[in-house]
Amino acid sequence: MPSSVADTGDRMSTGVTHASRFVDELLHVLTLQDYNTNVVVVGVSALGLACGLIGSFLLLRKRALLGDAISHAMLPGIAGAFMVMSALGGSGKSLVGLLIGAAISGAAGLACILLIRHFSRIKEDAALGIILSVFFGLGVVLLTLIQQMRTASAAGLESFIYGKTASMLASDAIAILIAAVVISIACLVLFKEFTVLSFDQAYAQSQGFPVHGLDIVMTALVIAVMVIGLQAVGLILMIAMLVIPPAAARFWTDRLHRMLFCAGAIGLLSGLFGALISTLTPRMPAGAVIVLVAGAIFFVSMVFGTARGVVRRVVEHVGLARKVALQHLLRAMYELREAQADCEVTPTVLQEGRFSADALQPRRAWNGGELQQAIRLARRAGYLTPDSRGGVRLTESGANAAIHVVRNHRLWEIFLITHADIAPSHVDRDADMVEHVLDPAMIAELEAVLAKTDPALATLASPHHLPSAGGAG
Amino acid sequence: MSELLSMVQWQTLDTWIVVVGALCGMSCALLGTFLVLRRMSMMGDAISHAVLPGLAIAFLVAGSRGSLVMLVGAGVVGLLTAVFTQWIHRAGRVDEGASMGVVFTVLFAIGLILIVHVAEHGSDELGRAAGVDLDPRCVLQGALEMVHLYPVTLFGVSAPRAFWITAAVFIANVAIVALLYKELKISAFDPALATSLGISADWMHYLLMTLVAITTVVAFESVGSILVIAMLIVPAAAAHLLTDRLGSMLGLAMIIAVIAAVTGHWSAINVPSWVGFDGQSASTAGMIAVVSGLVFSLALLLAPRRGIVSQILNRLALSVRVAREDALGLLLRAEERGGTLTPTELRGAVRATGAGSGAVSWALHQLQRQQLVRHDSGRLQLTVAGKARATELLRSHRLWETYVEEHFHLPTDHVHGPAERLEHVTDPALRERLADTLANPTHDPHGRPIPPNDAT
Amino acid sequence: MMLHQNRPLVSDEASKPSAPEVVQRTADPVATGAEHPETAPLSMHDVTVAYHRKPVLWDVDFDAPEGHLIGIVGPNGAGKSTLLKAVLDLVPRVSGIVTIFGRPYRTQRQRVGYVPQRESVDWDFPVSALDVVTMGRYGRIGWFKPVGRADKEAAHAALDRVGMADYAKRQISQLSGGQQQRVFLARALAQEADLYLMDEPFAGVDAATEKAIIRILQELREKRRTVLVVHHDLQTVPEYFDHVVLLNMRVVAQGPTSEVFTPENLRKTYGGRLTLLEEAAHAIKRGGHG
Repeated sequence: MPSSVADTGDRMSTGVTHASRFVDELLHVLTLQDYNTNVVVVGVSALGLACGLIGSFLLLRKRALLGDAISHAMLPGIAGAFMVMSALGGSGKSLVGLLIGAAISGAAGLACILLIRHFSRIKEDAALGIILSVFFGLGVVLLTLIQQMRTASAAGLESFIYGKTASMLASDAIAILIAAVVISIACLVLFKEFTVLSFDQAYAQSQGFPVHGLDIVMTALVIAVMVIGLQAVGLILMIAMLVIPPAAARFWTDRLHRMLFCAGAIGLLSGLFGALISTLTPRMPAGAVIVLVAGAIFFVSMVFGTARGVVRRVVEHVGLARKVALQHLLRAMYELREAQADCEVTPTVLQEGRFSADALQPRRAWNGGELQQAIRLARRAGYLTPDSRGGVRLTESGANAAIHVVRNHRLWEIFLITHADIAPSHVDRDADMVEHVLDPAMIAELEAVLAKTDPALATLASPHHLPSAGGAG
Repeated sequence: MSELLSMVQWQTLDTWIVVVGALCGMSCALLGTFLVLRRMSMMGDAISHAVLPGLAIAFLVAGSRGSLVMLVGAGVVGLLTAVFTQWIHRAGRVDEGASMGVVFTVLFAIGLILIVHVAEHGSDELGRAAGVDLDPRCVLQGALEMVHLYPVTLFGVSAPRAFWITAAVFIANVAIVALLYKELKISAFDPALATSLGISADWMHYLLMTLVAITTVVAFESVGSILVIAMLIVPAAAAHLLTDRLGSMLGLAMIIAVIAAVTGHWSAINVPSWVGFDGQSASTAGMIAVVSGLVFSLALLLAPRRGIVSQILNRLALSVRVAREDALGLLLRAEERGGTLTPTELRGAVRATGAGSGAVSWALHQLQRQQLVRHDSGRLQLTVAGKARATELLRSHRLWETYVEEHFHLPTDHVHGPAERLEHVTDPALRERLADTLANPTHDPHGRPIPPNDAT
Repeated sequence: MMLHQNRPLVSDEASKPSAPEVVQRTADPVATGAEHPETAPLSMHDVTVAYHRKPVLWDVDFDAPEGHLIGIVGPNGAGKSTLLKAVLDLVPRVSGIVTIFGRPYRTQRQRVGYVPQRESVDWDFPVSALDVVTMGRYGRIGWFKPVGRADKEAAHAALDRVGMADYAKRQISQLSGGQQQRVFLARALAQEADLYLMDEPFAGVDAATEKAIIRILQELREKRRTVLVVHHDLQTVPEYFDHVVLLNMRVVAQGPTSEVFTPENLRKTYGGRLTLLEEAAHAIKRGGHG
């Protein structure tokens, strides 16, 4: 809250009173004519990119909050470095010195987390919390002492916690750019190694990957980006940038390289738009706005993501349920006719049958309106026509669909029985038909078995127009 | 202690600081125990950041910084944090840590913007109030040192406002934990079972998170947002290392919290002058966190059975025992072949089994002191007792070799390794059961005799 | 009746489907053992469960007969644990109905005792064996009320029944795998449920514990409790269970062990490569049910 607010406030203190001035300013900002804005935009965008990339691996290793703990653990290092440098007669604010201090105490915090996990029954989450809070407590103690030191001015140290995004210096932006380039290259070069490390550490080790070395490289990259980002944008923004873009990217793809790309892009866009919006809006702390932009992107991703989004999953679930209901209905009708008729079940035989809800109800575990709903679905799909006496009849396409569904079902059942050992990994009900999953030779084999009981079904040519779930599937 | 206390004048103010700090710490430790056991520690972190917008909105709505409004605001937002985290975790199938990270950073950002808004656009009074309560330094380290600035008289007693609030929250927490003890316990241990018994683990989770949020806000005023995490987690984690019962874990966590409060404040006053900051004091809240951390480290190092020190000692004792038994076995085998060993030869042979040199020396020393081995003109010889013990070990070893060969169909040259490890953990009862299972064989797979059981 | 479903399968006897399902279900009470399927301890109809888009259980129809020890047997990935979880509403169903004694599960929670896999809890949790067993009583005790003397005694009795009375005060991480499993079993006993669902209670336990557990399960059966056990070891199936459900995504066969546990059904469940299992089944048929 804090200094970044004040900075933004100062810079924007001319206020935006007239619309024309606002438009001027908008143009000014959007065309990147303002030097300060350029620095901030470039800096936070690059940071977003770097965090998105390295954060993806943290997320996949279920270490999203590690960044949280390490960033807090850096405080005593910063304060300690300041004290040491002041004691040695320096200004105490040499950036390099502070960053070295931060890196050392961040690494020490990480080491303690590993130590606690290895040597005690304390679980990872508590270890993170302990290190985060105790190290931070130590940092606060040191800060209160620094504030009372007469020899040095501590002003500005708190920006490590709250950041000073809006008044980022060109040198900060350049440092971030360099870090972003280094991280991008590292992720590119070590993509394969990082992937196997994130996916299965034990396997990586067994394959002779230098797991510990890789781990150290990865963690060093995280610490590096945090050290550089921390004093530029503050703690909370750093954590958000490490966690949110990768988590959002995960909704769009199941492939790691696409996820990396996506996370980098989301980080970059959050930084870009966040910085622009905060420049245009008076009294908006840039860090907070960037987090909100990232949060909004996350929300949209979670709802609409094409790989794991909520909407997609709900649609899939409803579609599957409808498809199953429809298949149940068609199978029930087929089996009813099969029981009634003494001859082979042909489309004509099926079309001749009249089905009442009362006759269908006991065939399956339909509760309440489920049967009615399935009938509605089937009518919408053109499989059923109402009968004059209150029941329904199968149309020609409905009869064909019923035959295909039953044939498919019986082939799957035969497959499950004849190939029970491999079945669980092969059965994919979502691919409507056996033909879509199994190879022709296998199907011929299954058909031969089916022919013993249902010759008509077995000799049926492979279907081309498959019943779908009333349009929803 | 009184001598040390006198180094800096202890005043009534200091007592109040310690009392408020201890009450905060105990309230937090009570809830923190369940956070730690549910592996939800970082939820404390998330909530302590996320309550910020709750406070700001409570401000905007009520127009004052009345404690009750703040608590309601915090409770609501704490609950929302838990609900959102759960929703993102379940509906979005995002790792729990990451979903916390998303929720708390976004809520914190919203809070930040709201506070700026309050400070800028609110009335002067409101702005000042916001400035006081939500000042960055206050968020960082709390204002424990300023408890005395707001005295309130209740029941005819004048005490700091913070005291009344923390006391009330402490009592409320104790009452709720006591009342719902078994429900909290079962839903932390086995949520699926709890739910199947009609104790909804989800609802217990939300209740706990609401309590954490309220407690956090109260502690927040005193110790700041980050250090409240230390109060929530560190004493509970330390207690977890020290005890095996939930009841005593709760009690111990609270005791550690009190120790941390007292020692923390005392150190805040006194430690700076030891390190060259004469007449100055450090942040009490920060010191409480540091002291809690020290207590935790002590527990980690010294806890009975599970502490690092006792783990190392156990490992050492084991390696010495193995070295001792190996030495006995080697001497016996040498005697079987009609020879003896010099100390140097024996030392080398035991080292070859993988024992460290320190362990070997100590083992040889023990053997002689226990009169199992005798020094005889530069050679080592087994005494009668030593020979008996060595024979038992050899019997175990060769029985195991036979067993491993028979049951795992290992080639004969592969049975020594497993038998070597198993012989050290075989007691007489197990050894004889082994012999029974194998129908008392007389020779091992290498064709060497298995010594008979002396007891029979 | 070896094949419960009336849809034709490859078996010879299922030549043509005949009567509608419902008729068959009620007309064959001996096979299912359930005199009134509506009030069977557990009744599953057309249950389909899918994780993401992949089906795990497929049209499962199953009525558990009352007062029997029922083994659920099938290869890895056959959906055995999922079947139990589907009963307990722990996984969402795509279709189908599950009833416990004729009613939805959520109204019958007290009557169902669940023994999860051992890995499902944190054994470092600061509770003693007795505490864990007492948890089985929490549902009966009710909200807010503390654990009473009667409940403590019931828990003690349950621990005693599984032979763990001496370990009541031990912290649970100090117990061996078999002892932990016994504690879980005692917890279910303390719950005094009518239907027990056990997920691999014999996984990782020693032979003595396995015998002890099976003895207790048999005692439960004698008291007309119904016990469903997910089981891995085919060799012991005929010895342990009087009913089996052969599961491989769908119910391959269910019924009395002597009728259903045949080499042919096993091949349908496990695939054709398990000659060893066949031999086992043959041997068992000769010995156990001849």
